This record gives sequence, C-alpha cells and structure tokens, in this order.
Amino acid sequence: MIPGEFDYYSPTTLDEALSLLQEHGDDAKILAGGQSLIPAMRYRLAVPEVLIDINNLTELEYVREDNGHLTIGAMTRESDLEESTLVKEKYHLLADTAEVIADPLVRNMATVGGNLAHSDPANDHPATMLAYNAKIIALGPAGTRVIPIDDFFTGLFENALEENEILTQIRLPRPGPNSGGAYIKVERKVGDYAISAIAVQLTMDGDTCTAARIGLTNLSPTPMRAKNAEQALIGQVITPDVLEAAGQAAAAECNPSADLRGSVDYKRDLTRVLTKRALTKAIERAKGA
Amino acid sequence: MTEITVNVNGKSYTREIEPRMLLVHFIRDVLGLTGTNIGCETSVCGACTILMDGQAVKSCTQLAVQADGSDVTTIEGLASNGDLHPVQEGFWEKHGLQCGYCTPGMIMSGVDLLKNNPNPTEDEIRHGIEGNLCRCTGYHNIVKAIQYAAEKMQGGN
Ligand SMILES: Cc1cc2nc3c(=O)[nH]c(=O)nc-3n(C[C@H](O)[C@H](O)[C@H](O)COP(=O)(O)OP(=O)(O)OC[C@H]3O[C@@H](n4cnc5c(N)ncnc54)[C@H](O)[C@@H]3O)c2cc1C
Ligand code: FES
Ligand code: FES
Repeated sequence: MIPGEFDYYSPTTLDEALSLLQEHGDDAKILAGGQSLIPAMRYRLAVPEVLIDINNLTELEYVREDNGHLTIGAMTRESDLEESTLVKEKYHLLADTAEVIADPLVRNMATVGGNLAHSDPANDHPATMLAYNAKIIALGPAGTRVIPIDDFFTGLFENALEENEILTQIRLPRPGPNSGGAYIKVERKVGDYAISAIAVQLTMDGDTCTAARIGLTNLSPTPMRAKNAEQALIGQVITPDVLEAAGQAAAAECNPSADLRGSVDYKRDLTRVLTKRALTKAIERAKGA
Repeated sequence: MTEITVNVNGKSYTREIEPRMLLVHFIRDVLGLTGTNIGCETSVCGACTILMDGQAVKSCTQLAVQADGSDVTTIEGLASNGDLHPVQEGFWEKHGLQCGYCTPGMIMSGVDLLKNNPNPTEDEIRHGIEGNLCRCTGYHNIVKAIQYAAEKMQGGN
C-alpha cells in the first residue's frame, strides 16, 4: 500500500508546470488534491514515473463572476466552493453538489478541476457541469482551448484533455431570470459515491418549462445527460404527469450496472423518483427567483 | 531522496525522505509521533486526521513532500503545559471514546470544526465529523464532547 517510485516536481508557475508536462508527457501525472490519485497510486492502479504537484499554483484557486459567467479556478477546493456566498446565492445546483461530495476532510483537499479531470462517472461534478452547460478551459503548449462540456467526457476516466494540457478553469453561464437548479443524491452513507444522483438546471415561463438540462451521476460508464427527459419537459406546462414522464425517460435512458450499491432495476427506479424530486426542487427555485 | 522541512507541533524538523513517502508515515515512523493512527489508508476513515496549516486533512492521502514548509499539528501538539485542549477535555468528561482508535482523528476534526464555527448546532457537529468513522461509540458522546468544548472555549462552564 505504498505508491511506486516517482520523480516529484512542484512548479510555482503555470509556465513551469506546462514545460514539465511537455518534457515528461505520457510518464507524468498532475497531482491536484490527491484524493483520487493518491489512493490509486497506493493500490498501484496508477504508477506515474513523474508527479507534477500543482498545489503551489494558488493563482488557480478562485471563484468569481465575470462577463456573465461564474469562473472557477481548477485548484479551487470543494470546501471553498461550499463556503462561497456567491455560489450559495446564485448557483444553487453547484451549492447542492459541493455539500454532498465525499466528507469535510476530503473536501478540504479535493479540487473542482481534479474532480472533472478524473472523469469518473461516480464523481458528482460531471453531472452538475453537464446540467450547467459549462465550458472547460485547458492550457497547453499551443495556448488556451475552450472545450464545451458536452464534448469533454469521452469514456470511463477519459476526457478530451491532451496529455500536455492542464485544466485551468471551469466556466458556467450565469443562470438567467426564472431559472433554477438542484442536485439530489442518494448514497449508502455519507462519503460514499452516489447510488443515483440527478443534476437539473432549468428555466420556467410561468408554468411552462422553456429550457432544461439534466446530468446523471454514476448511472453510465461515461457521464451523461438525460436528453430524453429534457425533451419530455421543454415546451411543456409542468404537471405531475409531465414530471413522471421525465422521470421515466431518465430511468429508461440511463445505463447503470449492478454492483454493491444495488441492482439495475433498483437504480433505474431510484433515478425515476430522484429525477422528479430534483425537477420539483429546481422548479420551486426558478419560481422563487 | 528529497530534503523537507516541516514544522510539527511547533518544532522544526528537516529530514531526507523519498518523495513517495506518505505524510502519515513521516509523522509516525520518521518523527516517532504515533498518536496519529492509520485505519483504512485510503482517505475514508479519518483515523489519520491532522491539521496542515490549520486545516484538518487526512495524512494518509498527502505526500510528506507536500508538507514541506508547512505547519503540522498532531494530537501530541494540542495540550499546552500539561493542560488538555478543551476538545480533549470534552472527550474525557463526556466519555467520547471507547477503544480510542478513532479518537485522535476525531479530536483534530473537532478542533478544526470549532475554529470555523465556534458555536455549532448538534446537526452541524454531526456533519462536521462526517469524515471520521467510529466503530464503538455510536457518535453520541463524541457530539457531546465537542459541545462541551464549544461551551468551554466560549467561556462557559
Ligand atoms: C473517501 C472519498 C470519498 C469520495 N467521495 C466522492 C463523492 O461522493 N463525489 C465525488 O465527486 N468525489 C468523491 N471523491 C473524489 C474526490 O472528490 C476527488 O478528490 C476528486 O475526484 C479528484 O480531485 P483531486 O483534486 O483530489 O484530484 P487528484 O486526485 O489530484 O487527481 C485526479 C486526476 O485528475 C488529474 N488532474 C487533476 N487536476 C488536473 C488539472 N488541473 N489538469 C489536468 N489533470 C488534472 C490527475 O492527474 C489525476 O489523474 C471521494 C474521494 C474520497 C477519498
Ligand atoms: S487512514 Fe487515513 S483516512 Fe483512514
Ligand atoms: S472509540 Fe473505538 S473507533 Fe471510535
């Protein structure tokens, strides 16, 4: 249970980090909060020859609004997200999510960038960022690249980042008027990954839903949107029947596997119920906003 | 090998270590401070909780090199001049432990919790110690111990 040997670097500037990544390419891994990577190294599931620790890049720790966006530095800790008044007041889906990731001690270290770069469908931020229609900002030798979240996740633990790129920022559009969001997660115990969790961000015009995006956690090998459920909502006057139809659509289109957290049938039915609950909460917030 | 300097419980230590050494092993095996326990080794149980630059983290999921230049506080560093820290005293007074294995980590989490929230509700305490597992107490007296400390630290009692 001791990690394999590696060379360790702790760059103090982004440029330095990039050139180290350039130099070592394939053999190198970035160390952010370490809450996924260090356990993986202890199990020898990850055996990097070079570790580039970016914890000294404090320039990547911020949460702020500019130009109609919420911008989150990749090294922002989950605990900082959780304590941000800006997030609590205006980004309810994100605030809901930050509270239910792991436990407070893990959240003191774990980073938002690491959560997305790890691209584990069991992680909570992928679904949330899919629902927000976020953009991922990556920096590489050729400069900055903007990756729409819909193109970011490419497989289990796989994403569109190149080997020599660093994820530097996550950008969320500020929700417009009459918008609301919610994240609802059911877990076996605190600190565990979701059995099922639903991220919703939607806009209402009176009782009619005019826009909706829904992300699903731990219900497929690649983080996914519930697009059929979205279609069941958009343009509809929201009634209990419409909510039920959306729940059923999400349950049908997700692709969970049976494991210690439950059978496929159980996870699908839980998804149906949680989708309705998350939608109800998001609609309440949209109307209250 | 890499040289690191870490301030642990107010004392500076400079040591040559392998980059792959975990902070908890540095604390226990290199410095001989065995109050910090190891349970799961994978960031789940919280037995290894310490304060790093004032913040509670799991030392099994930190590399010792990451602590270079940092201030670390372990359970051994809480009492001053023979007087227990109020959180330690709370565990004593309220029987906040049985086997004691989770206790050092629980206490470090309790200290961090009260630093950020000096007057927590019972619910906030229960959420605050979510990263620490206890197999014996059912958490009840641990919550009371932290409540005791909160009162004492605010000048009550
Ligand atoms: C007990 C426990 C429970 C957990 N429960 C949950 C949970 O309920 N929900 C949840 O979402 N997560 C959970 N996690 C995971 C946690 O949130 C991780 O911290 C997160 O998945 C990774 O973030 P990190 O900063 O620790 O990244 P690291 O572990 O440092 O890195 C993870 C991966 O991302 C890469 N990487 C990191 N940052 C960058 C970057 N800026 N650019 C490019 N690549 C990068 C690394 O090279 C590595 O491959 C849990 C972890 C633990 C230990
Ligand atoms: S030993 Fe560190 S969390 Fe369990
Ligand atoms: S007192 Fe035994 S594990 Fe907590």
